[in-house]
Amino acid sequence: MRHAQPNPMNATTDLPVILEPTYRGPDAIGFSRWLGNMPVWALPALAIFVVLWPTILHAQAAYSVDKIMGIMAKWLPLLITQGFLMNVIISFFTMLFGTIAGLFLGLGRVSDNAVIRGFSWLMVQLFRNSPRLVLLFIVMLTLPFEIQIGDTYIPVPDWMKAVFGLSLPVMADLAEIVRGAIQSVPSAQWEAAHSLAFTRRQIMWQIILPQCFKRMIPPWTNWYAIMTMATPLVSLLGVTELVTLSRQAMEAEGNNPSLLMPFFGFALIIFFAYCYPIARLKLRLEKKFAVKG
Amino acid sequence: MADTYPKWNFIFFHDPVQWERVVSGFYVTVQLSVVCVILSVIIGIVGAWAQGSPSRLIRWTVQDYIQFFRSTPPLIQLLFFYFALGQFTPTVTGPDGWTEQPIISNIGWAIISLSFFAGAFNVEIFRSGIEAVPDSTIEAAESLGFTRAQTFTNVTFPLALRVSLPALNNNLINLVKTTTQAIAIAVPELLYEMVSIWNDYASAQNAAMTVLFFTYIALVGILAFGMNRWENKLLVPGFGKAS
Repeated sequence: MRHAQPNPMNATTDLPVILEPTYRGPDAIGFSRWLGNMPVWALPALAIFVVLWPTILHAQAAYSVDKIMGIMAKWLPLLITQGFLMNVIISFFTMLFGTIAGLFLGLGRVSDNAVIRGFSWLMVQLFRNSPRLVLLFIVMLTLPFEIQIGDTYIPVPDWMKAVFGLSLPVMADLAEIVRGAIQSVPSAQWEAAHSLAFTRRQIMWQIILPQCFKRMIPPWTNWYAIMTMATPLVSLLGVTELVTLSRQAMEAEGNNPSLLMPFFGFALIIFFAYCYPIARLKLRLEKKFAVKG
Repeated sequence: MADTYPKWNFIFFHDPVQWERVVSGFYVTVQLSVVCVILSVIIGIVGAWAQGSPSRLIRWTVQDYIQFFRSTPPLIQLLFFYFALGQFTPTVTGPDGWTEQPIISNIGWAIISLSFFAGAFNVEIFRSGIEAVPDSTIEAAESLGFTRAQTFTNVTFPLALRVSLPALNNNLINLVKTTTQAIAIAVPELLYEMVSIWNDYASAQNAAMTVLFFTYIALVGILAFGMNRWENKLLVPGFGKAS
């Protein structure tokens, strides 16, 4: 038998043609990991360098440090109970509605019905590709301020409308996350389940989705942090929350520039104090999952 | 028609003054988007090149810049640039001969802050693309006598660009969407003009919203379509996916 001629098309090399890119995008896991990796002394350091020090530095004769502290002490209960609590509530309901709607939209994207698939594709494209602020304006101004059912009028508060406006882009993005997670489950699992006579719905809810939840936790928590950070956006539309109230409080106290640092610095710190433990917890959870593989 | 459809008055289609406002707003949005896209890509390429620099100082500067712009919302960046940094820029005498105007207008600050915002992500995108080019390829270029700059422009960057394009695509779409937030510093772009139209004419509210929504969808769609075409054109068969 003649010795086979080495075919140049079959030549192999162990040199890689290209390596795996390691980009972490704005909506990727990067943000909350960066936040969670901050040292614990970051919070007191922020409080001193961003709030206390500039306040003392900028204090004038009319607005001494004592007076500024008095003003802050007067407004703090309102800022926290009426302001920051509103931000937390808005971000919580936004994520709740966005997750539920996004889950069903994501399931629609992999449906075997062409009409449902096309409709969910259109929804995702429309709400992913339009600016968040434009959606917020449209929802805030077109939704009615009260709904009439029979003879009873149910008022729709403006923060509720802001929740609907913010949850539309969240819904579209989570739909893509759900679709990506479903498609990342190996197709052999589908075939194995089919051969065990599971129906399509059973496979989806009992086999595929439980595996997806683990994959969806990191992008989901990251969206939660991003969403909390995005809630001050609604102050542009006059919804009562921390930034809106801070501005109004500063106006009530004479709008002196030396009040800018303490008020906005307080906003910075309270957002940090809220998101930091969540990011830490998430890092812990990730480590726990990583061991199990 | 305004009686039967109380909020569907397409006033800008029959009132030339309102049409002027829509067109000027659209022009500012397109201008803002195009200039920011070009500037942010330039910042991304230069930054990614500087990140591979042997000087530790340059690398740390680029890293700090990325961390700062990645971890603060663009709305806060706009407000900070315009209200805080805007106070320290020199002023010039305006066209009427007696008013003092800052040397950088609010459009100027919007361009600067949005370009740096998107540029920070572009640096990361191009960095990940450059790191995906194997050392062996760069060593091969070195052995052929290429200098560091020649290797970057002729070997590393053309390969890295193809790896980076999908992420770059997403980031530039996000940038075009973020230009709406320039309304916070009163840049007269499309959203600003449309909001002022429906504040002036309550009957035009729904009509203006519809046009606004679909204009942005169309703008983003054109950008996404163009980038996808470019991505397919640059595609080298068998290259671009990690093996």
